[in-house]
Amino acid sequence: MSTFLSQQLIDGLAALTLLISFALLAQHRMLSVLHWFAAQGVLLAVTAALVAYSSGEHELYISAIMTFLLKGLLLPWMLWRVIRSLHVHREVEPLMNNGMTMMIAVVVTLFSFHVIQPIAVTSELMTRNSMAIATACVLLSMLMMITRKKAITQVIGFLAVENSLFFAAIGATNGMPLVVEIGIAFDVLVAALIFGLFFFQIRHTFDSMEVDAMNASLIHKDDEE
Amino acid sequence: MNYTLSLCFALVACGSVLLAAMLTPCWQQKSNIQRAVLSLLLGMAGLFACAAGLTGLASGGGSMVLPLGLPWLPMHLRLDALGSFFMLVIGSLVLPVAVYSQGYLRHEKRLTPLAVFLPLFVLGMMGVVLSDDAFAFMLFWELMSVSSYFLVTHEHQHPENRKAGFIYLLMAHMAGLLIMGSFAVLYTASGSFEFSAMRDAELSPLWASAAFLLAGFGFGIKAGVVPMHGWLPDAHPVAPSNVSALMSGIMLKVAVFGFIRVTWGLMGSGDFQWWWGALVLAAGSSSAVTGVLMALQQHDLKRLLAYHSIENIGIILIGLGLGMLLAQAGHPMLAALGLIAALYHTINHALFKGLLFMGAGAVLHSTGSRNMEAMGGLIHRMPWTAALFLIACISISALPPFNGFVSEWLTFQTALMAPQLNGTLLTVIVPFSAAMLALAGALAATCFVKVFGVVFLGHARSDIAENAKEVDGWMKLGMAIPALLCLLLGVLPALFIPVLDQVPQALLHTSLFTDTASQNWLWLTPVDAEHASYSAPIALLGMLILGGLAFWWLHPKGAILRRSKMWSCGNPHTHARMQYNATGFSQPLRRIFAGMYQPDEHGHAERHQHKLLTTRVKYVVHVGDMVVKHLYQPVGQVTLWIAKAIRREHQRDIHAYLAYTFATVLLLLALFT
Amino acid sequence: MSSIFFQFLQALLMLLLAPLAAGFISTVKARLQNRHGAGVLQPWRDIRKLFSKEVVLADHASWIFRFAPYVVFTATVIAASVVPALLPDTPLSLTADVIALVALLALARFFLSLAGMDIGTAFGGMGASREMTFSALAEPAMLMSVFVLSLGAHSTNLTTMIHHVLSTPLLIQPSIAFALVAMLMIAVAETGRIPVDNPTTHLELTMIHEAMLLEYSGRHLALMEWASMVKILLFATLIIDLFVPWGLSLDANAAGICLALTLWLLKLSILFVVLAVLETGLAKLRLFEVPQYLGTAFVLSFLGLMIHYMLEVQL
Repeated sequence: MSTFLSQQLIDGLAALTLLISFALLAQHRMLSVLHWFAAQGVLLAVTAALVAYSSGEHELYISAIMTFLLKGLLLPWMLWRVIRSLHVHREVEPLMNNGMTMMIAVVVTLFSFHVIQPIAVTSELMTRNSMAIATACVLLSMLMMITRKKAITQVIGFLAVENSLFFAAIGATNGMPLVVEIGIAFDVLVAALIFGLFFFQIRHTFDSMEVDAMNASLIHKDDEE
Repeated sequence: MNYTLSLCFALVACGSVLLAAMLTPCWQQKSNIQRAVLSLLLGMAGLFACAAGLTGLASGGGSMVLPLGLPWLPMHLRLDALGSFFMLVIGSLVLPVAVYSQGYLRHEKRLTPLAVFLPLFVLGMMGVVLSDDAFAFMLFWELMSVSSYFLVTHEHQHPENRKAGFIYLLMAHMAGLLIMGSFAVLYTASGSFEFSAMRDAELSPLWASAAFLLAGFGFGIKAGVVPMHGWLPDAHPVAPSNVSALMSGIMLKVAVFGFIRVTWGLMGSGDFQWWWGALVLAAGSSSAVTGVLMALQQHDLKRLLAYHSIENIGIILIGLGLGMLLAQAGHPMLAALGLIAALYHTINHALFKGLLFMGAGAVLHSTGSRNMEAMGGLIHRMPWTAALFLIACISISALPPFNGFVSEWLTFQTALMAPQLNGTLLTVIVPFSAAMLALAGALAATCFVKVFGVVFLGHARSDIAENAKEVDGWMKLGMAIPALLCLLLGVLPALFIPVLDQVPQALLHTSLFTDTASQNWLWLTPVDAEHASYSAPIALLGMLILGGLAFWWLHPKGAILRRSKMWSCGNPHTHARMQYNATGFSQPLRRIFAGMYQPDEHGHAERHQHKLLTTRVKYVVHVGDMVVKHLYQPVGQVTLWIAKAIRREHQRDIHAYLAYTFATVLLLLALFT
Repeated sequence: MSSIFFQFLQALLMLLLAPLAAGFISTVKARLQNRHGAGVLQPWRDIRKLFSKEVVLADHASWIFRFAPYVVFTATVIAASVVPALLPDTPLSLTADVIALVALLALARFFLSLAGMDIGTAFGGMGASREMTFSALAEPAMLMSVFVLSLGAHSTNLTTMIHHVLSTPLLIQPSIAFALVAMLMIAVAETGRIPVDNPTTHLELTMIHEAMLLEYSGRHLALMEWASMVKILLFATLIIDLFVPWGLSLDANAAGICLALTLWLLKLSILFVVLAVLETGLAKLRLFEVPQYLGTAFVLSFLGLMIHYMLEVQL
């Protein structure tokens, strides 16, 4: 496989990553959010493998496999269990209407393009084109955390930020050192586990998964005291 | 000093409107003569303005100095390519409006104020276009604003007309103040009020930006650019329809002229800054979309048309903004394309909006109402008005083979030049604004299906529509002229654009056509034929041949058409009120853009004894202008609040006032020493 | 001279093939639903029958109502004749570029909607209102997806755009893929197919296109129906031209044209089978989901545009 072709493929995957970030923002149902999140994980693994192949850095294969197992399978499965046992798979209930969110998302993408492009031009890596996209994905995932009410979607947004950062790392420097990679993966796993435990606890305490409701409940308690 | 034929024509045009303003009060008692004199002199002015424009574009203009005005500043007049073009725009609408007025003003009770202020208004507009120094410019500008104020408040018995007039006057003067500020900046740089000196003056980037912003906001207010459009939808509908046609058709264009004159002409197209173009582009896109979205929710016919003026000004500004961006990026030839697109839309909009307002006036004349919900089926009673109005509807909806499409097409072609721009951000924003233009164009088509469908098609919704009568020959003729021009400008753009090309030649020193061999009347090919081409004559001819063949082949010879009751899916009970009306037609959009409209909806069902039987359902919806609501009202409230605070300070005794005076004197002394 | 001849031949082919295409789609759909179907020729039989039937006009119909079928038909056919089906270089293909082509279709739609409002039934107004609203929302998305291609080709002329696609080496261009998906979505919406509108429905409050035709009969109805069939073929050919033009005959020799014809028909049938499968598998959207559907198409094509600049243009 020539470098040219693999660059083409990486560009294509970058475009798909951006598309998935938009799709995550646009979803209404919890389960489809989860599906898109899993797809993002798999896509990330494929990208890592491709970069590993074309750059000859074999350590990246390990992180590709790890990404696939962790972000493509394990985390979505855990979140799916949480969603099922908490019965929150219905609506995502965005704070803003969809059109507005999409508008902001487009503007954010434009902004990151505008900011990153001058830096990317100086880079010599074949993945340099995807840097702007990786940045945009980070920002879009943050946007997802901002615009959603349910705590679970916020967690998915958080994990998506991590995904995008991983993508940026592949794009900018052909991946981080393996030790760091494993460390981050472990952190994410632990974070997800803790979140999972918290969800049950939150549900137990507040009887709701909505951040607003939690706030209201806390304020209410303060008033009572 | 350089007297030419074109300048003479222009002076004759100005002279005849001045004459009209002075002569018409002589026949206060004989309104027939008064009306005839008014129409004749206005028509002459229009004709001569057209002649001045055409000769000015064809053989160059001239300049002269009139010994009028300030002692140290005689009045400088000059007719250059830009001025000639706008003279043509003015003339091509004043002429039909003059013919139209002969019929429209027949039953006008108080003709004299109209007969004086209408010519003065036209004189003001012509003067702005002709003037070559800042003083004359402002003089004519104020003449235009003040006389149009009297025209807006012509029917001052209605309180809302007085209110609309007041807001109009207020905004017009704010505009005047800002424009004066812009001239002041240019004056400090050049040391002279004459435009020729201002052209040569060197401005520092900061001062140039200040002058640009002042001019942009000043002319923007007058042109009705969102969010400075608050006065426009109130003022345009309440004026008599022939005046509305002129206000919407040309007065807004004079503001566009002023903007081009100051930014492209006086400040020089070479030293645009990139954000100027981007700002104009953004203002244009937002005006285009906001204007048409607001228009869709109106059911007052003339108010709807007024909102469409905002949209079309937006389209003109998109063309101008693209031109400015391309000029800044160092592509004068492509900038010329943007400028030509904007200018082409300027004359197109003058024609079809004038026609639309005249058509609305005809409907108002024969039904006595501007409310679309009371209309319906007028095509059977006013066939000529309906046909001419339809032409204007197709033109404004940017559909081939009429003129609106040509200018929007040129604007799209300019937007496609986005890769030539420097800056990654711009290359993406420009296509986005093109998409907004497409949205605006398609929504305009939606809106005019609504207008034509509700007003002219279907069944009459009230007695006034049932008893409507066709208007007289003068009014029909007045509407037929712009309709014909709409078709001509739509079918033969390739003949008209070389004439227009004089304007970029004067402003940008470049021509759109470097390669004249590839140009002929059949094909419109900006840049080159590889890039894009459009041939309205062939498309029209093809449609005529194909349609004719289909008709000839399919139409049974000699058979009488069988008419029957309408089917309506077999529903036997139909009623005129079951038709879709203007409010119903725009309901899907009201729902889709609910976040933007924030409609105020009330539904009420009156029930009969049995709870399942509903006797009457009432649905009231009000969509206010969001800009007025979220910008003007808060500003007004803050102003009132400040005024109240000051008033409280004023309610003191005499000692307090004396103390104020004392403090002021002390302050002044401190300042002067 | 021969090129003008081929131009007419091509236009005629589009015109004659359009009912067959419609018949093909409905037959494939019928087979997918385990029905036998009326056969590929059924639309032709319908049109022939309608042509010989008498026209019954409503009492209140104005000249707009009788004028509209001819405008709708001719505008659609002129638009179709501009789209290269076999030869990219034909003299009349310069008559209108993509933008003018979209505008010609908009002209047809304008008159169709006016005709819907002319009789003054509630259905006609409903159809007109919805058709105009949704097409207005589809327009920017369509333009945006065309822009993705035009910016690369520096042209909006179909001929030049086809040559550009043919001359560029085969690359993975995500922006084109995005534009293609957006264009397919828009084409489905513009031609009034499932999931936006159901072409086979009557008397349903969700109908859009049919509601405007309810009062038509005889030759008028035939022209309207024929125009909408031509429109489907037009959009299919347009998509083929813009995204997979390989096979178009570059010069007018018999062998080249035969090959072009075969490939064109092959590509068309693939596209129509996909459409039929989608129509069988999908349910019609709720009316107010349609704006979201069109919004998705717009975002997709805008993403395509941004990706075009981000990944494919070396600044």
